[in-house]
Amino acid sequence: MDDREQSAISRRGVLVGGAATVAVTATPAADAQGVRPAPQPVTMPLTLEVNGKRRTIEVDTRTTLLDALREKLELTGTKKGCDHGQCGACTVLVDGKRINSCLTLAVMHQGDKVTTIEGLGTPDKLHPMQAAFVRHDGYQCGYCTPGQICSAVAVLGEIKAGVPSHVTADLTARPGPTNDEMRERMSGNICRCGAYSNILEAMADVAGVKA
Amino acid sequence: MRPFTYERATKPADAAAAAVRNPGAKFIAGGTNLLDLMKLEIEVPRHLIDVNGLGLDTIQPTAEGGLRIGALVTNTDLAADQRVRRDYGVLSRAIVAGASGQLRNKATTAGNLLQRTRCPYFYDTNQACNKRRPGSGCAAIGGYSRQLAVIGSSSACIATYPGDMAVAMRALDAAVETVAPNGAVRTIPIADFHRLPGDTPHIETALAPGELIIAVTLPRPLGGTHVYRKVRDRASYAFALVSVAAVIQRDGSGRVAVGGIAHKPWRVEAAERRLAEGSKVVAATLLAGAKPTQDNAFKVPLVERTLAAALHDARNMA
Repeated sequence: MDDREQSAISRRGVLVGGAATVAVTATPAADAQGVRPAPQPVTMPLTLEVNGKRRTIEVDTRTTLLDALREKLELTGTKKGCDHGQCGACTVLVDGKRINSCLTLAVMHQGDKVTTIEGLGTPDKLHPMQAAFVRHDGYQCGYCTPGQICSAVAVLGEIKAGVPSHVTADLTARPGPTNDEMRERMSGNICRCGAYSNILEAMADVAGVKA
Repeated sequence: MRPFTYERATKPADAAAAAVRNPGAKFIAGGTNLLDLMKLEIEVPRHLIDVNGLGLDTIQPTAEGGLRIGALVTNTDLAADQRVRRDYGVLSRAIVAGASGQLRNKATTAGNLLQRTRCPYFYDTNQACNKRRPGSGCAAIGGYSRQLAVIGSSSACIATYPGDMAVAMRALDAAVETVAPNGAVRTIPIADFHRLPGDTPHIETALAPGELIIAVTLPRPLGGTHVYRKVRDRASYAFALVSVAAVIQRDGSGRVAVGGIAHKPWRVEAAERRLAEGSKVVAATLLAGAKPTQDNAFKVPLVERTLAAALHDARNMA
């Protein structure tokens, strides 16, 4: 056990002890409705499979999957942008599906398989989408890139699986990896450097079509 | 975010019972709306009941020839279902017109029905809002109201229901199936599910405390041409200014429901009976008694034009 774990456990001990003391001796703080005492922080054990590795951590119930990945598991490739599901920088794959990791609680993912940008490929062995982003210059500052790449990988999977989108002309036909389809499906990932056209070229390259 | 305790429920009736046993409890499924509001401390649940383990994630045919959609079926899976795409196209179209791919992968059928308003004064905890803090007033009235309601509003609230899926479900006459904490199951017609604000805008649905949505049923297919036309400030990933769900038959009769203009999906059956007279007459009937603000008066002609476009699409697709 390293020092950090040691201190984390002692701190939890203090919190639990502190909660009990408050309940006995002090006037509890009122909650938003001004009636009942505010609950104390609660932690829970959690096991998930992140990038192929089983990881067990202890988290405050309030911890988002994003914060668990970054702060507890030290996988800082996944980025925090808006923290409200609007920008897509925190996109990861859970059981193969892309989601905003900022809008889901870590404790809701007991046993789930999470893939982050670190799990898609490595600097020595890039995922084809990572290599295509490099080849087509699909970024400038790079902050949104992990989310863009996770989303792009999932988008091609969704098109292959026949999931319709807002621009699919015929609901009963299979969609294809056209520019319009890829653009529409990437609308949950914002790039304020404006690398959109190069991101589209990278995706088209991986899909084997011309952007 | 305020601290809360957390449990995973395994049976629907147990989840409902847990909700009444724990004052201040909320169900959580996809969590994309609830967690957003918890971060802003607009929602402050003391206990969360995770309902993802209830197994309500399948779409089954009903004895009446319709479909029963489990409460936990995701927006992505519902929009992609072959039966929905073939027989209830307006529903697939409405779902893919909303949110982003990431959000649709998490958002559930039940949770999407319960999505809360996007009124900027509801979101700003420094502002008066009768929905967030009953009795505090409505800062939206006389405020920035471009997105807000033009009909069915009250002196207490001019918020809109923001979703797309429910607008299509209203046109399809879906029904919401629930279980109460005592285990009793009931069915609420979608028309009665969402409420108008009146004096109690904080009460948004017909659900009783602890009552849990278990499914949404669709009646047998209507046939006809299905259109969902949405007008918004961006081409993708934005809430509707106005949306129209339409199911139009070969003889020109049909159904229309409108989103983005009221506290609930807006459908007026008397307006539909006048479809043969054209979009101007239908829109005028739909919007009889409308009270737009200066900011959102544009929605009144926009409803008529969006309706005209939807009817045009339906004619071209038929």
